[in-house]
Amino acid sequence: MISELEMGKAESELELGLGLSLGGGTAAKIGKPGGGGAWGERGRLLTAKDFPSVGSKRAADSASHAGASPPRSSQVVGWPPIGSHRMNSLAAKSAREEEEAGKKKVKDDEPKDVNKKVQVGFIKVNMDGVAIGRKVDLNAHSSYENLAQTLEDMFFRGNPGTIGLTGQFTKPLRLLDGSSEFVLTYEDKEGDWMLVGDVPWRMFITSVKRLRVMKTSEANGLAARHQESNERQRK
Amino acid sequence: MDRRFPFKVLEHIFSFVDSNEDRNSVSLVCKSWFETERRTRKRVFVGNCYAVSPLKVARRFPKMRSLTLKGKPHFADYNLVPDGWGGYAWPWIEAMAARRPFLEEIRLKRMVVTDECLEKIAASFRDFKTLVLTSCEGFSTDGIAAIASTCRKLRDLELRECIVDDLGGDWLSYFPETSTSLVSIDFSCLDSEVKLSDLERLLSRSPNLKSLKLNRSVTLDVLESLLRRAPQLVELGTGSFSDELDPEEIAKLTKALSELKQLKSLSGLWDLLPEYIPLLYSLCPRLTSLNLSYATVMDLIEDKGLKTVALCCKELRELRVFPSGADLDETDVTLTEQGLVSVSEGCPKLESVLYFCVQFTNAALVSIAKNRPNFRCFRLCVMEPFAPDYRTQQPLDEGFKAIVERCKDLRRLSVSGLLTDKAFEYIGVHAKKLRMLSIAFAGDSDLMLHHLLSGCQSLKKLEIRDCPFGDTALLENAAKLETMRSLWMSSCFVSFGACKQLSQKMPRLNVEVIDEHPPKTRPDSSPVERIYIYRTVAGPRLDTPEFVWTIHKSPEVGVSRLSIR
Repeated sequence: MISELEMGKAESELELGLGLSLGGGTAAKIGKPGGGGAWGERGRLLTAKDFPSVGSKRAADSASHAGASPPRSSQVVGWPPIGSHRMNSLAAKSAREEEEAGKKKVKDDEPKDVNKKVQVGFIKVNMDGVAIGRKVDLNAHSSYENLAQTLEDMFFRGNPGTIGLTGQFTKPLRLLDGSSEFVLTYEDKEGDWMLVGDVPWRMFITSVKRLRVMKTSEANGLAARHQESNERQRK
Repeated sequence: MDRRFPFKVLEHIFSFVDSNEDRNSVSLVCKSWFETERRTRKRVFVGNCYAVSPLKVARRFPKMRSLTLKGKPHFADYNLVPDGWGGYAWPWIEAMAARRPFLEEIRLKRMVVTDECLEKIAASFRDFKTLVLTSCEGFSTDGIAAIASTCRKLRDLELRECIVDDLGGDWLSYFPETSTSLVSIDFSCLDSEVKLSDLERLLSRSPNLKSLKLNRSVTLDVLESLLRRAPQLVELGTGSFSDELDPEEIAKLTKALSELKQLKSLSGLWDLLPEYIPLLYSLCPRLTSLNLSYATVMDLIEDKGLKTVALCCKELRELRVFPSGADLDETDVTLTEQGLVSVSEGCPKLESVLYFCVQFTNAALVSIAKNRPNFRCFRLCVMEPFAPDYRTQQPLDEGFKAIVERCKDLRRLSVSGLLTDKAFEYIGVHAKKLRMLSIAFAGDSDLMLHHLLSGCQSLKKLEIRDCPFGDTALLENAAKLETMRSLWMSSCFVSFGACKQLSQKMPRLNVEVIDEHPPKTRPDSSPVERIYIYRTVAGPRLDTPEFVWTIHKSPEVGVSRLSIR
């Protein structure tokens, strides 16, 4: 649980770079350049100690490292300073390259056109009751669970009982199982609003335009999670 | 006796004064010059939309035909400014629509522009000719369609790196068949496909078209057909450059490219395949600007490739090289400092560079400075923060010293790599014409900021992130801030107390503390996440979101200076 006091304590350790576990915990969510999921990270001053010296082989890439290894230069918010247009272009390019190299596994039930180049990047997320919209990088996520985690951190951080400091997320996901006050919805390319989670992830990211964390009470108009999902998948 | 020149004479003289800086100086001489100047100014530039109110600008310049505005701080491009911060175009569009219906040109950078804004522009300015939106957001292709369909005299429609709600490629079909006035069109930031036939017809009936920037979904196989219809192009941004073409298609495309006798600028080139590079050789000798942002092919854009550029593009003035995705993840890269050294040796007219690289050396910087003392804009991003000279393990202080010592006309500089306070002492001493400076992960102490604020006479914009200094230098050099457009500092050691003090001391500055998770109590000693300070004659802005603190909001200070003007 992050209390105000603990946050303040971490601040005072800035110059030594010792707040690695805190920094690591937040940095763990930044998988790709641009760090769309890192909004709200406290201004933790990174020092030379945080970065391995140039020329040494970097630690194997792992977006979910437990916070023991220092953040890499590509995991700092807004660094390197490349505008989001180019970031999207680079991310889409590496996604395509991985596909071509056969690294990504294609599920049997996915329609063929999912293999087309994926051109998504940062999309907007709004939450009912919150004036400020955010952006999240879909390319930095590999599943609904992943995405839901990031969104929860974005909007619920600071509340008691949410994320642990060390990056171990053991609590059940609330946005996807319908048990909480909020549900996650999205607008697709045709302008329809739907509940997130009904279609395979790869199909989802090619059709999503933006996300909204909606109050469950307001989501009644949307097709219920288990009804009509078959219809939609046939699209 | 009236010793003044008659208005008509002054007016005639001022018609030769073009630059806004000169006009600003002219307007300070005396009242009659102020009056004459303001009545004759046609092009109005406002570098910070919050520095002055739209109403005042509209009233002051009755003959204005062109308005250029900038909104968010530059670091917004890198996601350092939260959504909802501000920079709304609407109040400006509304004010101009009501008072300056003869406005012809609007250029906006980093502003929030809605479809309502675009519809208002289309409906209000009868002779509207030029719309250039750079790094803007908030609108959809519907708004663009409104402009295309309604502005009969449209000459320029440029969307540069905007975030657009892309509802499809239909907008292009809204240009009426009778419109033949187009001079430039840039839709490179849009995703959806436009209809080829719409595009072909538009090109065929636009004999004045000089600049065409396609988006990625325009495939290589149709490029030839488009270029055939616009051989007079001066600027070309291709679409995707990666389709497989058969030999006949390649021959046709080669011919079409070689017909572009006036071409000076080349960009686009998405996913450029190495085998297509020779197609571009015929263009190289005339190129003054080459943007390889999207041509991120490891095989091409390495030191070898840049050596080729150095050999072929003798007229090159501007070069931008971005990292490929692989550079961001690996240390084995084939683009090193040598690439930039080659280009600086081979291209005598090179004056503007944006270069990303994993690591650098002082020796390379010294060579580059010796080769090209004519740099006006030098932006080097060593992507590894705190990376020293990889050969000597020294900070890059001496390298950047060479740059600022030799490049006497340097206007814009971005530094990176391991830098101590010494580097900034050198910059303060030598970079007398420097107007904009960007710094990240550098310096040792407050001295760094002090050197810059007390040394760089022409400094107008300073943006700093993740540097270890704070209050002292800021408060000591407070007066300097009124001579600058803006100062941005994020993840530094500036305390809340210093922000309050600065706000109280300098009423003509807006001091904004941008904190996405403001604590419930804010002791004076607590560091702030981000601070954005800018001079203004418009007073505090009234559209600040919750996460922006200014002194006018704080009840603690006991002074409420918020007034509606």
